[in-house]
Amino acid sequence: MTLALLLAALLAIACVVTVAWPFLREPEPESDALEKLEPSERRRLDLLEARDRALAALKELEFDHRTGTVSDDDYRALVGPLRREAAATLQALDDGALPVEEVDAREGRPARERIS
Amino acid sequence: MAELGRAALIVTLGLTAYALVAGAAAAHIGRRRLARSAQNALVAAFGSTLVAAGVLLAALLRNDFSFVYVAQTTSEALPTAYTISAFWGGQEGSLLLWLLVLTGFGAAAVTLNRGWARDLVVWVVPVFAAVAFFFSFLVVVVASPFATQQAPLDGAGMTPSLQNPYMLAHPPLLYLGYVGLTVPFAFALGALISGRMDERWLVATRRWTLLAWTALGIGQLLGAHWAYEEVGWGGYYAWDPVENAALMPWLAATAFLHSVMIQEKRGMLRVWNVLLVILAFSLSLFGTFLTRSGVVNSIHSFTQSSIGPWFLGFIAVVVAVSLVIVFRRLPQLRSPTKLESPVSREAAFLYNNLLLLALCLAILWGVVYPMVSEAVRGEAVVLGRSYYDFFLRVFGLPLLLLMGIGPLVAWRRASLRSLGTTFRWPTAFALATGVVLLALGAGSSVPGLIAYTFSAFVAATIVLEFARGTRARKALGAASWPRAFSSLISRNRRRYGGYVVHAAIVLLAIGIAGSSAFDSVAEARLTQGQAMSIGDYRLTYQSLEERSAANATELRARFAVTRGERDLGMLEAGKNAYTVEQQVSNEVGIRSDPLTGEDLFVIAEQIDPDGTVYLRVFVKPLVNLIWIAGLVFLLGSVIALWPDAREQRRLVERTRDVGVPATR
Repeated sequence: MTLALLLAALLAIACVVTVAWPFLREPEPESDALEKLEPSERRRLDLLEARDRALAALKELEFDHRTGTVSDDDYRALVGPLRREAAATLQALDDGALPVEEVDAREGRPARERIS
Repeated sequence: MAELGRAALIVTLGLTAYALVAGAAAAHIGRRRLARSAQNALVAAFGSTLVAAGVLLAALLRNDFSFVYVAQTTSEALPTAYTISAFWGGQEGSLLLWLLVLTGFGAAAVTLNRGWARDLVVWVVPVFAAVAFFFSFLVVVVASPFATQQAPLDGAGMTPSLQNPYMLAHPPLLYLGYVGLTVPFAFALGALISGRMDERWLVATRRWTLLAWTALGIGQLLGAHWAYEEVGWGGYYAWDPVENAALMPWLAATAFLHSVMIQEKRGMLRVWNVLLVILAFSLSLFGTFLTRSGVVNSIHSFTQSSIGPWFLGFIAVVVAVSLVIVFRRLPQLRSPTKLESPVSREAAFLYNNLLLLALCLAILWGVVYPMVSEAVRGEAVVLGRSYYDFFLRVFGLPLLLLMGIGPLVAWRRASLRSLGTTFRWPTAFALATGVVLLALGAGSSVPGLIAYTFSAFVAATIVLEFARGTRARKALGAASWPRAFSSLISRNRRRYGGYVVHAAIVLLAIGIAGSSAFDSVAEARLTQGQAMSIGDYRLTYQSLEERSAANATELRARFAVTRGERDLGMLEAGKNAYTVEQQVSNEVGIRSDPLTGEDLFVIAEQIDPDGTVYLRVFVKPLVNLIWIAGLVFLLGSVIALWPDAREQRRLVERTRDVGVPATR
């Protein structure tokens, strides 16, 4: 009984420390705000997804054409719109949604830590 | 040590409550440390639940009958492996296992994804915590596995039918499946609440959904094999409500795994996908409710308990809250693209989805009908096998055909001329197979013949896809044919792993059609020395033996089996009388033919004191393909689940490009 209660108390203390750890580790952080994606960054993320989707679709179409799953006629009908779609997203990325470093620099924000 | 178990679960309850409240607050007001603290609470909840699980496991292994749960589910004579399986053999223990898997999956999913999708994960934590809070509330307040008593001399033992090796794996796999569906649900809801409707929630949950779906599929097949060997009625699936409870979320998850590809490739079906995720999760909760509430009669269900209303209430809250959130996000879920043609791969996937959902809802209606009829007419009317078989044929056979059609149709649109060329060989092969089978007498069952013909079509398309793909890879510069084949799979694991899973479904369809549409049965009353025949098998009753096992007395009738002129050796069938449990079980005799996949299945229905045996004997053609399908299914799932380094790189590059901040 006593041992069980002792172990239970230790467990509870360990859990409290785990939960409190972010506050113990950084008692007075520079900023406690959650980083959010700015509208321009979210737009860029959407465009990057669209670009990857279009490029993957092109790749798959090329392969399906090579295997014979897609006929020559169908390939010719499909490849044009897909290429235009990929080109449009690449153009939009170049034009409108600037890389984040550039956005940060333009808006006077400090450089961010990145995923390595 | 029951106090430690109870205290650990109370700690889990507190931690999940904290993760729910603090996580939601942090996400709402945008506080980084509070969000991290809530995530840590979820991880710590796994730790404290692990401690509670350890306490229960130790009590089971020590045969500590002062634990009410241990006394109710085990006995001194129970072999150690089944003593361990008693952990999930009863209501309270299985709920604890559920909570353990849930907190473990939650901690892992959040930890693995917080680096690259932190703004999404902050809302995933409170959703996960809400589900975990419900289950920890159940094991703390409603059904504690740590209730104690004055220890009796021995326990009540385990139901004999659960004393089977399959029970060591079947329930835990189902729990992995049920609980695993919480991950896509939590991420989908997190994405909806946070408004992060980009592709990340799909990427974050893709493998979790596949893992849960695989575990549910393999768990069901193991359960079917258990029913086949242990329950001893001559079949493997009885459309029992609890069996259906596992099938329904699997069907919904299958639909999701297909429709999610349309969202990834074309950006379509966003609302449909979140609805499927919510449906799959709600059905997994509903299945748990069915098993535990006592509202349905099933050999698989736990004893009637007070847990049902809690589950029903929770399911109602989950469905209502989820639908409100989806409704509020409808403008953001609008698809940027539209279906270009009814003859395209996405259209084929859509038809597949509609059929899967129709089959799922038909089964759901069959399951709830007794409850509805009892509420409306005061009499519970159970829908029988013919109801389910009808819908399996109506929706299942077209689904089988679509499995072959979908992969050969181009995305966006395909011309009829192109389809004619693509489908020429598979169609010819399928028709030739159908004609040959008809000539061999398979026309005795039209659905069976159609299933075989469609299976031949799908098998041909799969072989064709692998052959053409390998040839293309070789032409693109692969050093050898084996290299070309392996590079084909490694470059698109999901696609070709999916084809392997399709091959498993073909084997399953052939096995089910063969063993149910073309089986035969014979009954006989034999005294020693007499013989009976079924097909070209002949069984001669040789002797009756009684022997003692660790926890049962085994009575076995022994038969000499011949097929034509060939001696197939001896086969035993009989009964086990369990000493502690005071129950008798059927122990069937099965003789499998590895070449044809056929089983000779012998049930000793009754053994009289004078040694007379009442036998029921089945011949089940191709039934072993069902179990082989399980292995192929697992292989396909592992291929699809295997991490794709190229995809990971692309995702990291994408997040780096946008500047999603790294983990601190």
